[in-house]
Amino acid sequence: VFSKDSRQLVLAHFWVAFAAFFAALLLGEWQMVIRSPLIDWIGNPELYYRSVTAHGSAMGYVFPTLVAMGFGYAIVELALKQPLAGKRWAWIGLILVVLGTVVAMIPVSLGKASVLYTFYPPLIAHWAYYIGIVLVVVGSWIWVALMSVNLRVWKKAHPGEAVPLPMFANLAGAYLWAWTSVGAAVEILFLILPVALGFKSTIDAGLSRVFFSWTLHAIVYFWLMPAYIAFYTLVPRAIGGRLYSDVMGRISFVLFLVFSMPIGIHHLFQDPQVGAGVKFLHAVFTAMVSVPTLLTVFTITASVEIAGRLRGGTGALGWVKALPWHNPMMLAVAFSFILLGFGGAGGLINMSYQLDFAVHNTQWITGHFHLIFAGAIVIMYFAVAYDLWPHLTGRALLQGGMMKAQLWLWFTGMIILTFPWHVVGVMGMPRRMAYFDYTNPEIAPQAITVILSAIGGLLLVISGLLFLLVLLRGHRGSLVELPEFRFSQPVHAVARVPVALNGYALWLALMIGLSLVNYGYPIAQLVALKQTSVPAVPIGGTP
Amino acid sequence: MNEPLFSLKNRWFTISVAAVVIMAAIAAAIGFLWLPRAHARDAMASIWESICSAAGAPARYRSPDQPDEKAIYPTSVIVSSEFTGPVDNVAVGRGATLALQCSMCHGARGTASAGTNAPHLAGQPPSSTYKQLRDFKSGHRPSAVMQPLATNLSDQDMRDLAAFYSQQQRETLVGHAGVRVDVPRIASNGSPMRNVGACATCHSPGVARMATPIIDGLPAAYIVDQLKAFKSGRRANDINQQMRNAAHALTDQEIDVLAKYYASR
Repeated sequence: VFSKDSRQLVLAHFWVAFAAFFAALLLGEWQMVIRSPLIDWIGNPELYYRSVTAHGSAMGYVFPTLVAMGFGYAIVELALKQPLAGKRWAWIGLILVVLGTVVAMIPVSLGKASVLYTFYPPLIAHWAYYIGIVLVVVGSWIWVALMSVNLRVWKKAHPGEAVPLPMFANLAGAYLWAWTSVGAAVEILFLILPVALGFKSTIDAGLSRVFFSWTLHAIVYFWLMPAYIAFYTLVPRAIGGRLYSDVMGRISFVLFLVFSMPIGIHHLFQDPQVGAGVKFLHAVFTAMVSVPTLLTVFTITASVEIAGRLRGGTGALGWVKALPWHNPMMLAVAFSFILLGFGGAGGLINMSYQLDFAVHNTQWITGHFHLIFAGAIVIMYFAVAYDLWPHLTGRALLQGGMMKAQLWLWFTGMIILTFPWHVVGVMGMPRRMAYFDYTNPEIAPQAITVILSAIGGLLLVISGLLFLLVLLRGHRGSLVELPEFRFSQPVHAVARVPVALNGYALWLALMIGLSLVNYGYPIAQLVALKQTSVPAVPIGGTP
Repeated sequence: MNEPLFSLKNRWFTISVAAVVIMAAIAAAIGFLWLPRAHARDAMASIWESICSAAGAPARYRSPDQPDEKAIYPTSVIVSSEFTGPVDNVAVGRGATLALQCSMCHGARGTASAGTNAPHLAGQPPSSTYKQLRDFKSGHRPSAVMQPLATNLSDQDMRDLAAFYSQQQRETLVGHAGVRVDVPRIASNGSPMRNVGACATCHSPGVARMATPIIDGLPAAYIVDQLKAFKSGRRANDINQQMRNAAHALTDQEIDVLAKYYASR
């Protein structure tokens, strides 16, 4: 079913994604090294912020978006077992993403767009940076439309049937992204670009930040979707088990859709322009996002236990020993859950209005989102690539040892990178520092933590390199005749599901309604307030 | 599979919508009603006020203990650096003539005789005397005695009077000199936990802040009366509520101690 041109399409998405990932990974490690006491200070903080901007933009916008897009296209053919409709549009989408990345990275490398990937108005970058980001987002919107169209085609051909879980989950990611990217799009188009293009010299920074928060949290759940799809639909099959509950999976994905959107103001807990009551409302719904996460942890652990018991494991914990630990997917899901556990615990602290005061804008935050995204999520991207690769290339992928070494290195590296960050974050080390004065007796004791993080980063670079090597070797493996690609089978086969869990109308309505309830007043109020703009601060001179 | 989704008969629809609505309602009730009122205690006059404050609607800052601002501006005087220029002797001369009508209460040379309880004007910064005269005339500082007297003064008259009094030397009154009173903590350090600044920050002869009188040697009864007026809001011509903010947390006892201390200087 997996046609050759679709396979090329998916491979192209993955390779661009992994190339961007590796370049950004190198930049990240460079940042770690130059601010550590290991080498002399580079002397120019601007270079550091250039690198941070490129690292964040590539890792935040380009890499996960392309992985989600490529994986989504693969799911259409593999799960729906129908040819992908709109292939030409899919290529246009990819070209837009690549074009956008190049257009955005030119001003970044010239030092005219060191605004970090979160934009930070009143900082204003060269307009090309924002246009590039818009192109990336527009390219991904084509993917959203194609996912919706392909499901419609399938539903027409299969009236009344249950949508396969991988595609159902895939659509959750697509719709979530479509709605959450609106915030940053509005911010760029209506608030930032008029200033970047020179029509205005002031910007409403508070309103801009509220719009960005609209995007900033749910975007993480968009990054998360491919990992969660892999948890539910690849892991149980890959380790020889069964999915504990198909319906639980559907409920988790629709809960993500409803609850991950109207919570972004927890990123603005220390901002004065939003009222405390609104912040409380967002904190409550942020807590609700832990529900689908915990549901998933339960369901997947149960599915893994089924695998352990099928393999002859007995007793309360004997099934853990019986699990196929030589299997990269097994390793990946275990690492992912551990990193998710630490990251999630930190997230519950950030979510709390009071505790957040202690860690706001410290290195703790950097540690938190690296654990969640670069740890729990990206390690599953690796697993997805390993799982799909033979079906994409038609060749055997045999480097089991290298894969395991790669996953171990990533897991260890991520722990060594982020744990010191958490520690110094609690001690008050600010994030986004280009330079530490280690001669200051108050800072000197923290030098060791910066060195540790640099070492963790080095392990990650080695792991990233191994990852690319495994995939490259996969292209030169021997041709194999593979059995048909299968997703996980649930314990109880799904003949029919309630209409509410077979489509998105209800959940989209709740998502939009809740967004309006939680964001309506802050946005309306800030739009209506007069004299709230501040002078823009152009980066690298006037554009 | 064919059951309608958006229907009250569909339990997925009713339960999920009801759950989200109830969750939002409870969260909103806590965030917009309970928490703001629990935190600010009696600061919120009404439920509507607590909702507005929790929603982040901009509002003028108002301390719960203080009455509202009566006028939009507490004074119409804009203090500027023109008062710090060199002394104009002609103005001082004109002021001396005008000051004849003030001598009944404020003394021939700006120091009130004991028992009148009128503040001394001798040696006060000209910006301070000028501002009070303007505020009496405009009604920003109500006074049954001063208001009629100031009504007929022109702006130049007030400047001349201020210049005259700034050039006089305060005479130490019999009975005041030699009485030693310890510096109250509130005068030297304020009371930071109650948001009261130190009096000496502004009211020291060496500070020379614009429109800030020297209060050394003022009659104790006058100081008590003015602090109580600021505290209750009866007097409200202080720019940015500086004095009302400082006075509203003072106890009557503290006011007495401060008055005795400054009167003794």
